[in-house]
Amino acid sequence: MSFIKTIKDIPKEEYLAPGHRLCAGCGAAIAIRLALKALRGPTVIVNATGCIEVATTIYPYTSWRVPWIHVAFENAAAVASGVAEAFKIMEKKYGVKRPDVIAIGGDGGTFDIGLQALSGALERGHKMLYICYDNEAYMNTGIQRSGATPRGAATTTSPAGRVIPGKLERKKDLIEIAVAHGVPYAATASIAYPVDYINKVRKALETEGPTVIHVLTPCVPGWRIDPSQTITIARLAVETLVFPVYEVENGKYRINVMVKKPKPLEEYLKLQGRFKHLLLPENKWLLDKLKEDVKWKWERLLKLSNL
Amino acid sequence: MSGVKEVYKMPESAFQGRATWKELPIGGVIPEPATSLRYKTGNWRALRPVLNEKKCIRCLMCWVYCPEPAIERLEGDRIRINYDYCKGCGICSSICPVKAITMVEEGA
Amino acid sequence: MSGNKVLGLSGNEAVAYAIKQANVDVIAAYPITPQTIIVERLSEYVNNGELNAAFIPVESEHSAISTCVGASLTGARVFTATSSQGLALMHEILHIAASLRAPIVMAIANRALSAPINIHCDHSDIMNARDTGWIIMFAENVQEAYDLVLQAFKIAESHEVLLPVAVNLDGFILSHSLEGVNVLDDDEVSKFLPKRQPIYPVDFEKPVTYGPLALPDYFFEIKRQQAEAMEGAKPVIERVGIEYGKLSNREYKPIKAFGMEDAEVAVVALGSSVGTLRAVARRFRKKGRKIGVLGLTLFRPFPREELIKYLEGVKVLIILDRAISYGSSGGPLYLEIAGVLYRSGLRPIVLNVIYGLGGRDLRPSDVEAIYEEGFKCAERGRAERELLWVGVRE
Repeated sequence: MSFIKTIKDIPKEEYLAPGHRLCAGCGAAIAIRLALKALRGPTVIVNATGCIEVATTIYPYTSWRVPWIHVAFENAAAVASGVAEAFKIMEKKYGVKRPDVIAIGGDGGTFDIGLQALSGALERGHKMLYICYDNEAYMNTGIQRSGATPRGAATTTSPAGRVIPGKLERKKDLIEIAVAHGVPYAATASIAYPVDYINKVRKALETEGPTVIHVLTPCVPGWRIDPSQTITIARLAVETLVFPVYEVENGKYRINVMVKKPKPLEEYLKLQGRFKHLLLPENKWLLDKLKEDVKWKWERLLKLSNL
Repeated sequence: MSGVKEVYKMPESAFQGRATWKELPIGGVIPEPATSLRYKTGNWRALRPVLNEKKCIRCLMCWVYCPEPAIERLEGDRIRINYDYCKGCGICSSICPVKAITMVEEGA
Repeated sequence: MSGNKVLGLSGNEAVAYAIKQANVDVIAAYPITPQTIIVERLSEYVNNGELNAAFIPVESEHSAISTCVGASLTGARVFTATSSQGLALMHEILHIAASLRAPIVMAIANRALSAPINIHCDHSDIMNARDTGWIIMFAENVQEAYDLVLQAFKIAESHEVLLPVAVNLDGFILSHSLEGVNVLDDDEVSKFLPKRQPIYPVDFEKPVTYGPLALPDYFFEIKRQQAEAMEGAKPVIERVGIEYGKLSNREYKPIKAFGMEDAEVAVVALGSSVGTLRAVARRFRKKGRKIGVLGLTLFRPFPREELIKYLEGVKVLIILDRAISYGSSGGPLYLEIAGVLYRSGLRPIVLNVIYGLGGRDLRPSDVEAIYEEGFKCAERGRAERELLWVGVRE
């Protein structure tokens, strides 16, 4: 495989085995399983603490068929730096085969507590891919707000109260942070667009230097959605412009899933318990702010893509 | 020199919940892949996906989107649901373009 | 046998020189006073092609140790260095490095922990990390810093041990003091420290899961195993000390004893103060006063049996702590030894001295006063005060 064109081209190999204990309908599970479809040879996974880490490696059970390392929550990028540089020097000194290195972190481990380690790794320029699976809150500890939680969403630390109706602050922009480091490749991806996603992982692996992929992963308990709707909601996130699918290659922006006629934001929100309160008339002001965020980001992207 | 040995297998006693510290591999490693295959998550299921082979157009959408994975891709892109692991989320049924997978209640 | 080559090196330079000779593969470190010169020298070695290693200039000590853990799991030989706040920032990952059995070697130029911020020596940094599962050694002088770093790799990477090792050298007192250091030839070091033979190196053909989640059904067993590894390190440390002695003519033991054959009053300490204690003890012994000095090279695993062997017949034991354990009944070394004594059944009079915090000097006159207090206690058969603050304005 180099790049794939259709779903039928997706390799059969499964590097994530079943028997893991992620929730039924887990979007993050899909994201990781699909990312592993893009492997091009020996690969080491470094996993930050989080849902994927705990639910795939409950001793003595592991779901991994590739070497997998977990050290802590905030340091996946640093651990991956060590793995990447150790193999690089050992290749030179002892002829050891150098694998690809992929760090995986959730939004908490990436946007918040792991941001410094990620920034350091990106600045130092190691040959590694960082994948952030973003379920927009600290799901592993029970749905607390993170820097990735969108405006308006209710979490257990930003509940929809009578005075403060959910999170008031805007979501951080991870890709812009990565791009500001001058990385050669950074992209968003959606599990509802698997061919695009797998190709992006592959492209990132084939790029020299650090690369970042930010994939949105609906969370059944955290978003309060029906488990069968994970993919539908992931697709709606793209179709309503909440989560544009784009890439930045050597500073050049390209929208990969062009949305000509965006669907109303409400279609995305109404399927999710975390946004239920936003649709009440008294909270329209907050919904409007969220809509502004979405519009602002999309228009900016169009401009940056010269469209 | 004595000391730790590399054994690329978890002791069987580990899966029975009775391994002592002397039996366990060093440093808490799990030195073999995919041991979670021994852990059957199929009993989480409340709803059971049932495939109507006649309707299936072999588009593989269900295979791609299964989070476990509990849908196996067979020869000719036919699929088989592995009920040992299927948690019954229903993604396969909801995204199937020809409604070839229906969710039925377990035990019904 | 070598030892002909003598270089004028500071403690930091001696550590860096040892690391170069140890053919380390990966160094990840962050600058902090008084350790910084170690990483400066190592950067020079790497950039001048004298050391074929990856030097990873990380953005924090937390990332330094995290990077080291990742590198160590691949099978590489790994080194880092830090001090004080840096060690405190590493704290979380220190536990994990030991639990994952990553044989990293770290030099710590000991420095007081804030606040108030201070760059000078005490042992509050390493004492805060004493239960992280690392093997902990203390150098008394620059020569020992060099020698211990080389031994540390041999100990850490031994398949009977597989634990990280921290080599402590007193900040400024050793890190910045120039000494004539007997260094080994490069090829002697290569023979003493051949390429690391890792257990479970990261290997795509044999995929291993490192650092899984262990619930109450297995966590305890994994920790029990780790505790045993620490105990199992003792014979290896002793063996390596003897082997290194054959190579260098400088044999190492967990405890350095002076005048203990007939000591009535004994003093025990860590780090550079041991030299001062010994110098003053020599003067005392010339006057026929039976004082003995015990310098601990090894703090973890604690050399319990060895210590007890020296303490038969000792009437007064003075324990010097360069750190406080707030609200406890003494300093960390006191607490450690009190436990050992209780189990042994020996009941000398015990004095605990807290000294030297934040770089306050331990002067020979301070030591004389401490010894006199010890002899007074021996005469009286009891201690007036069990905890003495020495060198502080009361």
